[in-house]
Amino acid sequence: MAVEEIAVLGVGMHPWGKWGRNFVTYGVAAARDALRDAGIDWSEVQFVSGADTMRNGYPGYVSGATFAQALGWNGARVASSYAACASGVTAIEAARTRILAGLCDVALVVGADTTPKGFLAPNAGDRPTDPDWLRFRLVGATNPTYFAMSARRRMDLYGATAEDFARVKVKNAANGLANPNARYRKAVTVEDVLASPVVADPLHLLEICATSDGGAALVLSSLDFAERHAGRAGSPVRIAAVSTVTPTYPQGTVDLPDPATDSTAAVAAPARGFKESIAHACYEESGIGPEDLSLAEVYDLSTALELDWYEEIGLCGRGEAEGLLRDGATAPGGRIPVNPSGGLACFGEAVPAQAIAQVCEVTWQLRGDAGDRQVEGATVGITANQGLFGHGSAVLLRR
Amino acid sequence: MTTRTRVPALGAEGWFTPDADEPTLLGRRCAACGTYAFPQAELGCPNPACTGDELDEVALSRRGTIWSYTDARYQPPAPYVVPGDEHEPFCIAAVHLEAEGLTVLGQVVAGVGVEDLRVGLEVELVVDVLFSDDDTDHLIWKWRPVEGPAAEGPAGGDGHEGVR
Repeated sequence: MAVEEIAVLGVGMHPWGKWGRNFVTYGVAAARDALRDAGIDWSEVQFVSGADTMRNGYPGYVSGATFAQALGWNGARVASSYAACASGVTAIEAARTRILAGLCDVALVVGADTTPKGFLAPNAGDRPTDPDWLRFRLVGATNPTYFAMSARRRMDLYGATAEDFARVKVKNAANGLANPNARYRKAVTVEDVLASPVVADPLHLLEICATSDGGAALVLSSLDFAERHAGRAGSPVRIAAVSTVTPTYPQGTVDLPDPATDSTAAVAAPARGFKESIAHACYEESGIGPEDLSLAEVYDLSTALELDWYEEIGLCGRGEAEGLLRDGATAPGGRIPVNPSGGLACFGEAVPAQAIAQVCEVTWQLRGDAGDRQVEGATVGITANQGLFGHGSAVLLRR
Repeated sequence: MTTRTRVPALGAEGWFTPDADEPTLLGRRCAACGTYAFPQAELGCPNPACTGDELDEVALSRRGTIWSYTDARYQPPAPYVVPGDEHEPFCIAAVHLEAEGLTVLGQVVAGVGVEDLRVGLEVELVVDVLFSDDDTDHLIWKWRPVEGPAAEGPAGGDGHEGVR
């Protein structure tokens, strides 16, 4: 049984970069863009849903109120969500459920970040009961360590090559050339990728996403409100499903940030692993399947992880992603373009804003407003992502 | 030679046997359902279908097979502590322990490069120095290939020998 849908009335972004300004400025710029796009006045917003950042002091932990204050207190209800890379979708889900419950008509979702240089690392201070602290101290395992182990599995199990991985970067870099919000707008070749230093074998520097500053925002509403509201002509893009699933025991796959998996000795691993379950929850909730997709925006924290996602969101079977890539199926003009925005390869990650930015891109694509990166005739799109400690994150949108 | 104090690294106390001839990881096994846990399940059995809260400490298999592996070419950020004067790349492996159905991450002993590793390779557990300060060696478990050139040498040492 399909769940009721909500409308995406407006989307907005502050361009990604390494601007070094207060994260609130990016969030406010994106929010004003989204309100303008929706034709909604800030005073009409009844619920503000912020996606938190951990690296910008207290205002980042209470981002909903931070953005509400910066826009000028209007008395709206508020929530602030943290779920690592999934914070944006958790904030979207807070707004969607409030709208579907009939508790509000119009909600504003905002995420923004200002990031330091280099590897993402835990906050200072000894925290020997925190798995995220322990993996750095006891093993020296950075995020690329986990990305690289996934990549190595693809090579040893499915015969993936370094060139396959590099071609993901080449595709996404080409897509990003046409995106004014992307941070990196430069074409690269397979040779460029393979000539960049190895960070964690087999992954090179150009295959691992950077950290960026940026902001993204959405204005969401009930379908009733969207119908009554004259700001946008025609039928709005709709959110048909949101997934915020957790893993099912036993989680038998090595994953950030834990030093070990669950045990599969007494209870067999579930048929559908955690990452496969993320998009599947959207398909179940909406009755829309992977065969209906016109495009996908997936979290390419590394080149090889994009290939994992092809399989995990149901575009192909296990071990078939390299074939899909080599056939050009996921390139512009292919059967199912992936990351037409340029993906994290061109943006770098602005953690709380990134999952919201994925929804912005799919919305533009479904409206036919994506300019030179437009996927022709796009009607259905999905976003997919995962936050640390088992936060699933996916949004299914349709026209 | 001065006597050095050997202690498990902060956060890994009770996770392995630091002084045994044949060291092991120390996990827990649920008396009711038989599921394993590593590190120790402080809050009862992790199996949601089991209400058991009696978990026995057990030595985990010393040998396993590599699920996947990589290396750290760049120095990881704090709280990682560089064991020597400057960063030397080291390998990291996720090792599957068949009997326990667990896959456990760990560094690979010094002197082993990614070209010496492959998915499915058999490795065994050793205890090695993670880093040292003043008069204390902070210990951790590492993985070492069972066969091949790296199998013969002692574990780790000062972490500098055998660097490629």
